[in-house]
Amino acid sequence: MFKKAHSFLLIAVLILAAALAGCSGNTDTASGENGSKKTIKFMHLWPAGSSKQQNQIVTDIIEQYEAEHEDVKIEVEVLENEQYKNKIKVLSSSNELPDVGFTWAAGYMTPFVKGNLFAELDDVLNDGLKDSFVSGTTEAYALDGKTYGLPLELNIAPIYYNKEIFKKYNLDVPQTYSEFENAVKTLADNGVAPIALGNKDRWTGSLWYMYLADRFGGAEVLNKAIDRSGSFEDPALVSAAEEIQNLVKENAFNKGYNGLSNDEGKAEFLNGNAAMYLMGTWELPNFTTNEEIPQDFRDSVGFFKFPTVDGGKGNIDSWVGGPGVGLFVAENSKVKDESKEFVKFFVKKWGEQSVEKAGVIPATKVDTGKVDLPDLYIDVLNELNKASSLTLFADVQMSASVAETHLNLIQSLFGNEVKPADYAKQHEEALKAEEGN
Amino acid sequence: MNKVLSNKKVIALYITPALFLVLALIYVPIVQTGYYGLMKWNGIGEMDFIGLKNYTVLMKDALFWKSALHSFLLALFSALSLIGYLFISIILAGKIKGADLLRKIYLIPMLLASVAIAQLWMKIYHPSNGMLNTVLMAIGIEDPPAWLADANLALYAIIIPIIWQYAGFYILIYYAALKNIPESLVEAARIDGASPWQIALKIKLPLIMNVIKVTIVLAVVGSLKYFDLIYVMTGGGPNGASEVMASYMYQKAFKGFDFGYASAIGFFLLVICLIVTYIIRRFTAANEDIY
Repeated sequence: MFKKAHSFLLIAVLILAAALAGCSGNTDTASGENGSKKTIKFMHLWPAGSSKQQNQIVTDIIEQYEAEHEDVKIEVEVLENEQYKNKIKVLSSSNELPDVGFTWAAGYMTPFVKGNLFAELDDVLNDGLKDSFVSGTTEAYALDGKTYGLPLELNIAPIYYNKEIFKKYNLDVPQTYSEFENAVKTLADNGVAPIALGNKDRWTGSLWYMYLADRFGGAEVLNKAIDRSGSFEDPALVSAAEEIQNLVKENAFNKGYNGLSNDEGKAEFLNGNAAMYLMGTWELPNFTTNEEIPQDFRDSVGFFKFPTVDGGKGNIDSWVGGPGVGLFVAENSKVKDESKEFVKFFVKKWGEQSVEKAGVIPATKVDTGKVDLPDLYIDVLNELNKASSLTLFADVQMSASVAETHLNLIQSLFGNEVKPADYAKQHEEALKAEEGN
Repeated sequence: MNKVLSNKKVIALYITPALFLVLALIYVPIVQTGYYGLMKWNGIGEMDFIGLKNYTVLMKDALFWKSALHSFLLALFSALSLIGYLFISIILAGKIKGADLLRKIYLIPMLLASVAIAQLWMKIYHPSNGMLNTVLMAIGIEDPPAWLADANLALYAIIIPIIWQYAGFYILIYYAALKNIPESLVEAARIDGASPWQIALKIKLPLIMNVIKVTIVLAVVGSLKYFDLIYVMTGGGPNGASEVMASYMYQKAFKGFDFGYASAIGFFLLVICLIVTYIIRRFTAANEDIY
């Protein structure tokens, strides 16, 4: 009996020891040198399911890089947008960022830079790469004059519309806001949801607000309110909020928008249930090259610029948009030089391939003469070249906690739970509180 | 064996590994959370010690109290739903036809992952082509609500699948407890002329009282810290209408970059759960161990 009990204990201890060894093991080999090969850990947010084209290009680029650099192995981890954001935060709090990963610009990036987690990339930029970027794109990734990220995309947000639906109800592309309102009314009266929106994600509603703010008060009014050289209680910003509630009152958005995610909202547009959809140009592949979406539908998608408001200061060529995701290199990476080399390679190849294969607008300059591109894409690109100003997405401009307040207020505004004046006031208070810190 | 187990050294030896694990994996993080709650920390870089400021701000945070109210509502509905589960279990444990099949049917929701349940119910609640609204429109209601997008309804719309999700678990517990009651007791009561209703109320219920107490604690504490369906189905929205304490904590930490404040919420949540457990145990402390 006695002996048996002890041998049982011994086994238990052995199992425990093995389990603990499993926990602590191989943290060192995870990144850095792995035999003779160096491993670069790379995290991105284009899963094959929802971003097929982008995912394919990333895989191709990595294959090319590994073929050219036989001593380097790239270990990829792919997560969907929201999961990616969460995981990056967890990893950064324990200082275990991947060697190369994705980040967003401005306010989003600031805490990472201040926490010394991102490496400076000016040396990469000055190594012949600088001229290939569209001007203004790398600046959004700079803090105190140093660049910490290299942008991959340049986005603007047009209103896509379904030509078939517009034709059916004899509607023309609206040039002015009253024409736009008329289109909304006609569609709503005929039982078609005028606008597809999934506002559970909240930044989707923020796009509508940003455009109205721009058209009422001009390109600078929102930026100034956020950088504190102006006020969020500016009349133009309040009018924009009132206008959102007018649209809500006219049933401009599909039913239940506040409880639907962006993908669910988009589905209303893709199914032909809704006539319009305001979204960034990262959606272009779905309307041009994505084979999984029926050709008939892709052919019927057009786009127009957000109409100007009567008496408003905004210019029709002023866009909401800016650089999309960019690449960072982790400051404490054990393979920093190799990672920078990889980032440089990636940006170049991405610029060449993303246009042709995915129909994504890269942050690097595109030579449209060389490649055969869908018309919709060329049209958007031409509009981009004419752009008078680009207003970076509000939640990206703001610090994380103010962005949270903004996004929640957007949802209340669309849900008719807050008065436009209070909406502006609460923004002002949140921004002021942040300033005091 | 008895000789070994009464040896204090051997007892210590047996307990040490498990105790070490429990301390390291459960109690150390709890203390750490309380400690982070004293910091201003964005999750990256340096922490600033700010004393009890997070906790004092928390006490005055209207959004937090709103989410706490939602958590308590959820706990209340979960506790009430136990009556229904108990009722079903008593019927199932009686000799009715098809009890075996029914038991399996009730158990199925428990086998699904929370996220799958969330997806399922989001389809049911879909405002334009969901099953619920399709049925409502078919019976003549022209403008049924958009359940998850309506600030007045979102919380209740989520409580239903949560109760549905746990039905199998509690029915299984009650069923096992009821089956444990010696048949002879029920037989004796029946011979004395007790109706099935009297047997259920006067014999069966008191006999499984201990199990009922445990399930009350499980349901209430489980509800207070509930997170999964809410995160997937509404993310706490629209504008906090379905926010509970755990989802608020998540929002502060991972969306608002305020890990210190989120830790304070987490620690406070622990304290609330401890107090509630204590209160429930106090109120149900009488008449232990009947047989």
